[in-house]
Amino acid sequence: MAEREQKRKPKPESQEEVVEDVPAGSESGEALKAELDDLLDEIDDVLETNAEDFVKSYIQKGGQ
Amino acid sequence: MAVNKIVGIETEYGIMVRGSADWNPVSASSLLINSYVGSDVGSVEDRTAPIAWDFIDETPGADARDALAPDFAMPPEVETHLVNAVLTNGARYYVDHAHPELSTPECRDALSLVLYDRAAELILADSMLAAGDALPPGQEVVIYKDNSDRKGNAYGCHENYLLDRNLPFGQIIGLATTHFVTRQVFTGSGKVGSELPGVTARDVPYQLTQRAEHFEEEVGLETTLKRPIVNTRDEPHADSNKYRRLHVIAGDANMAQNATLLKVGTSAILFAMLEDGAYDSPILLDQPVEAMHAVSHDLSLKKPLTLDDGSTATAIEIQWKLLEQARSWADRHGLEAVGEECGKLVFERWERVLSGLESDPVSVAPWVDWVAKQRLLEGFMERHDCEWDDSRLRALDLQYHDLRPAKSLAARAGLEQLVTDDQARVATTEPPEDTRAYFRGRCLQKFADNIVAANWDSIVFDVGEDPLRRVPMLEPNRGTASHVATILDESASVIELLDKLGA
Repeated sequence: MAEREQKRKPKPESQEEVVEDVPAGSESGEALKAELDDLLDEIDDVLETNAEDFVKSYIQKGGQ
Repeated sequence: MAVNKIVGIETEYGIMVRGSADWNPVSASSLLINSYVGSDVGSVEDRTAPIAWDFIDETPGADARDALAPDFAMPPEVETHLVNAVLTNGARYYVDHAHPELSTPECRDALSLVLYDRAAELILADSMLAAGDALPPGQEVVIYKDNSDRKGNAYGCHENYLLDRNLPFGQIIGLATTHFVTRQVFTGSGKVGSELPGVTARDVPYQLTQRAEHFEEEVGLETTLKRPIVNTRDEPHADSNKYRRLHVIAGDANMAQNATLLKVGTSAILFAMLEDGAYDSPILLDQPVEAMHAVSHDLSLKKPLTLDDGSTATAIEIQWKLLEQARSWADRHGLEAVGEECGKLVFERWERVLSGLESDPVSVAPWVDWVAKQRLLEGFMERHDCEWDDSRLRALDLQYHDLRPAKSLAARAGLEQLVTDDQARVATTEPPEDTRAYFRGRCLQKFADNIVAANWDSIVFDVGEDPLRRVPMLEPNRGTASHVATILDESASVIELLDKLGA
């Protein structure tokens, strides 16, 4: 799946519009996997610690 | 003939006060906005002026169906007593229905709107910092750019499109409905679980959009109850003989800039096509409300929807047909109405997003929120060996939309940016140059002391001894830099400005 992901990743054609390249402009599926691993490491670091309380306490009044 | 598709977005943000047991969302929203307006966070002292919003032209109860509107249609209320500020970038920043809301300035095309939508995120982030200074230690206002608390309460991200008044509203409904239902495949922001009664996590563990389940009607005036796919509010904020403003309530707030580009860009193209009489093969859904829910619930993207002629097509197949007709329109009529460069970019990405979703959805993760979020959720599940009912996944779902840079998961999800934060930082205080927002913003920068009130289509000046003077701005294409920059630059006083304008 990772290889398919790499092959079909959109390539920006109009570079002047694009200031940040499509992420993980990596050469292999392994690099993509490593990128996701780094991402998950970071999520583990910043994710709200008491998930259940956080989710329960997120109550909004309805709007438009 | 297609008129310039001036566009804007109004976003109601989710709000929480962390570290406080009893907080009030209206007070917290007021504190947030007042703190920003009165603060020196960032570098700009002239970014805003304490100018009141002028409600004289607000008529949100006007219905595009005219006499056809049912008597029981409840017009939305206008809350005039709450905080309302006009910013020097031409935006409106206010409290609405217990949420902070920011309406971008009028933008000439979808790419310009992406810039001002990102600027809005920076304004909210600055506001959180400023409000933090006013709260007791340990308390913090936190803002989420989402559309639902996942407990049945929804709040909106509304798009606005300038349309030709000559286009009968009845002609808009069919195309708008079909597009709003099927564009969800690339506009959805993703949501863990379902908010519909009786639908379990086993039935719908994850879905494409946050808003779809909150729609119950096909067409109507309401925005807070029994929400309709096509909203009929007829309040053009412009010359009503010439224009209408289509007020779209059916979309999600997007973190992915390409999702905003596509959401607004494809819609603007299709409405321009309709105005030019080039929607040659109309596609109508048999059961639009059911289809809206079904598309949101269908992670395979392969569920057939029934059309009014009894045939079926998937949302992606319908999008391909709309794209094909839009291409044919563009070949004949050009892209002036939607902005040449922006129009080209939207066409190119519209095709690529549909191809990607069809062949390998994860390939469009940098562009599409629900895909980017699903990738994080599934990676998390694999790493921590947990299931969809794990509350950490619901926390991840919410925190994707957190606007604090240190906490935002969207900022870490590998989304491709179309505008830099340096550009967006400028856009927090500078108006777009190619719509009437330029005149509003520049007047606020230069003559704030002489402005009593402002709204979308006028500014009221106090020139001292004389009566107050209202300058109407009923033409959204005028008041641009090319029209009024020289006059504004050369006017040393507001009296001089009004004289030069002949107002």
